[in-house]
Amino acid sequence: MTSEILLAGFGGQGILFAGKVLAYCGLAAEREVSWLPSYGPEMRGGTCNCSVILSDEPIGAPTVYDPDILMAMNEPSFLKFSDKVKAGGKIFIDSTLVDSRSSRDDITVYEIPATQLAEENGLTGGANIILLGLIIAKTGIISDKDIEAAISKIVPPTKPKLIENNMKAISIGRNYGC
Amino acid sequence: MSQEKKLMKGNEALAEAAIRSGCKCYFGYPITPQTEIAAYMAKRMPKVGGVFVQAESEIAAINMVYGAASTGTRCMTSSSSPGISLKSEGISYLAGSDLPCVIVNVQRGGPGLGGIQPSQSDYYMAAKAGGHGDFHMLVFAPSSVQEMADLAALAFESADKYRMPAMIFADGLLGQMMEPVAFPEISPAMPEKPWACTGHGNKREHNIVNSLYLVPEELERSNFERFARYETVKKELTLYDNFLTEDADIIVTAYGASARIARSAVTAARAQGIKAGLIRPKTLWPFPVQAYRDALSTAKAYLSVEMSMGQMVDDVRLAIECSRPVHFFGHTGGVVPTPSEVLEQIRKINSGLAK
Amino acid sequence: MAIYKRPEALCDVTTHFCPGCSHGLVHRLVAEVFDEMGIVGDTIGVCPVGCAVMSYDYFACDMIEAAHGRAPAVATGVKRSLPDKFVFTYQGDGDLAAIGTAETVHSATRGENITVIFINNTIYGMTGGQMAPTTLPGQVTQTTPYGRDPKVAGYPVRVCEMVSTLTGTAFAQRVSVDSPNNVRTAKKAIRKAFEIQKAGLGFSIVEILSACPTNWGMTPVQALQRVRDEMIPYYPLGVYKDITAQKEEQA
Repeated sequence: MTSEILLAGFGGQGILFAGKVLAYCGLAAEREVSWLPSYGPEMRGGTCNCSVILSDEPIGAPTVYDPDILMAMNEPSFLKFSDKVKAGGKIFIDSTLVDSRSSRDDITVYEIPATQLAEENGLTGGANIILLGLIIAKTGIISDKDIEAAISKIVPPTKPKLIENNMKAISIGRNYGC
Repeated sequence: MSQEKKLMKGNEALAEAAIRSGCKCYFGYPITPQTEIAAYMAKRMPKVGGVFVQAESEIAAINMVYGAASTGTRCMTSSSSPGISLKSEGISYLAGSDLPCVIVNVQRGGPGLGGIQPSQSDYYMAAKAGGHGDFHMLVFAPSSVQEMADLAALAFESADKYRMPAMIFADGLLGQMMEPVAFPEISPAMPEKPWACTGHGNKREHNIVNSLYLVPEELERSNFERFARYETVKKELTLYDNFLTEDADIIVTAYGASARIARSAVTAARAQGIKAGLIRPKTLWPFPVQAYRDALSTAKAYLSVEMSMGQMVDDVRLAIECSRPVHFFGHTGGVVPTPSEVLEQIRKINSGLAK
Repeated sequence: MAIYKRPEALCDVTTHFCPGCSHGLVHRLVAEVFDEMGIVGDTIGVCPVGCAVMSYDYFACDMIEAAHGRAPAVATGVKRSLPDKFVFTYQGDGDLAAIGTAETVHSATRGENITVIFINNTIYGMTGGQMAPTTLPGQVTQTTPYGRDPKVAGYPVRVCEMVSTLTGTAFAQRVSVDSPNNVRTAKKAIRKAFEIQKAGLGFSIVEILSACPTNWGMTPVQALQRVRDEMIPYYPLGVYKDITAQKEEQA
């Protein structure tokens, strides 16, 4: 099985970091993994996106053009990529920041006011990880064990508070709407 | 322990592999999309007793490499396309003085200042004309983050073995992408370098590192000797990968990031019953001429896929002496071809064969 | 009694330098310093493109031939690889102050612990007498046939003045080899520069006002007279920077 995931938003929202967490999850699960950022001026405040592929086969092209899963954290990203999602695919949007909705009936859209939830829970800047939590809950592409392993791999052990916050964000997203 | 896989950017994996391969000096200058290499070296070199210098220019950086290489020290510089143009003077001197070193080109779109997105439009510069004069350098074309590491190690070893500058020829996509990578335990064994300028300590004649020969016959002899060595390199170090080529009607060929895209397209073509295969050169000099000739037994057409206006395609035509149609498909300027576009080309060629 | 003979740090070969050229003399001074310090076996030299290009055949230490203007960058690579060895460049004015200005300035400002022997003869010698960055206003050369006109060709570069402003420069002195007295001073300056390197204090440069009778169209004697009459007034001799002297003063 191959999951092609596109994460998109503004620079500074932690798009690349969220992609890294996904990639580390794949690594923890001993799957083939690729992570490709958009780079250049985008890195400094413009729009930003990141392709992540998790697969059981060797990965060819690392750029995701037609994602199975789209995580959209701002309006321009949603408008740019929502039509590219494969039929049967899933879109995860931060409804605090994205107003538009898709008119497609061949995909499933999950909405979560991730930015608002992050603020309310003292997790400013954690909307990206809250969205990841929802993706875990709704797609099953990542196991609980792997996400924990991934986060503790990326966040330095000297910052236990950060690990705790990230796990808290995951659980907010995962339990949203339950 | 060292076999544990880590997620790393291609640029970082290359830098780490260089250090593990005994690279003791790195000289660089910032340019997108390869700056991670310099940043990684700046962080790690002081911790491992190595040298990092941010030079005032690409020209200075390659000449610092020339100096370090003259002492027999394993050394490296990295840049991206416009910076490699600046380094070409130094590369010619390195080749003319038979100095081993590693030069990394993480290509971006050109010409001129061009763009910063991935490209493969420096093929001619790397494989044919790395600078003035009669010479070649070793050109390695990794196609994954793991190969960024593996070929860096091989580049250092081969550069020393053949006394040639070696280029790691990547692109922005390979430099920026992260994949799992393992670093095999390597013991950087260095050959003796009796030619190196290390101070003779009054124990031997003075060594001279030089590319100047004012007597034409002497310069010709030195070039003849170098080209005789190149023949050995061709025999020993021509590297490529074949994928589904045994019965292929259509041979797709691509290197580096393009090869990943072409491989996806070949797999898709096979799923549609089209007999496509892929030849992926891992060395661009020496070019795997024989791989293309071997494929002639079944191949009816060839297709070169590149992020350029068509450069390697010339070498494919020469390899098979134009005995089959050789098609080209590519994008340039930082636009990356998609697997579906390549598949479309394969389908078009295939339907032409049916007629 | 001392017998005047070839320094051991010079190879027993015939140089290609023209009669009256200062290069041979400066080579000798550098080699005598090597002999006196006993460092020829621990020294790596970098020679330039220009008249001194074939110094690799003359100096008995290990020698590296650099691309035009790049000698200080090459020397940086050598010194960083072998920090315990003596590393020097030997460069002319076109090499050091035109095509290689960036390399000169930045190796100085990095405080590279190398020694630069700089031959200023106000002309490109090897290519047959074109304007150099140090060519004096009014000076006739192949490419300033009506004399260097600063309105068209700008002004000469004063290298010692320029590099002595840089913190990384430990020692900068301008000398001349037009008279026995000045030759003795020149040798002392060269010795001092290598002592500075030995102490690990940073970048040292000795600028040597030199004669090029061939391209100046003069006899050797006339050429030395030109050094005195025209060059020294424009390029005043002296120590432009010496951090050891500054330390002594402070002490």
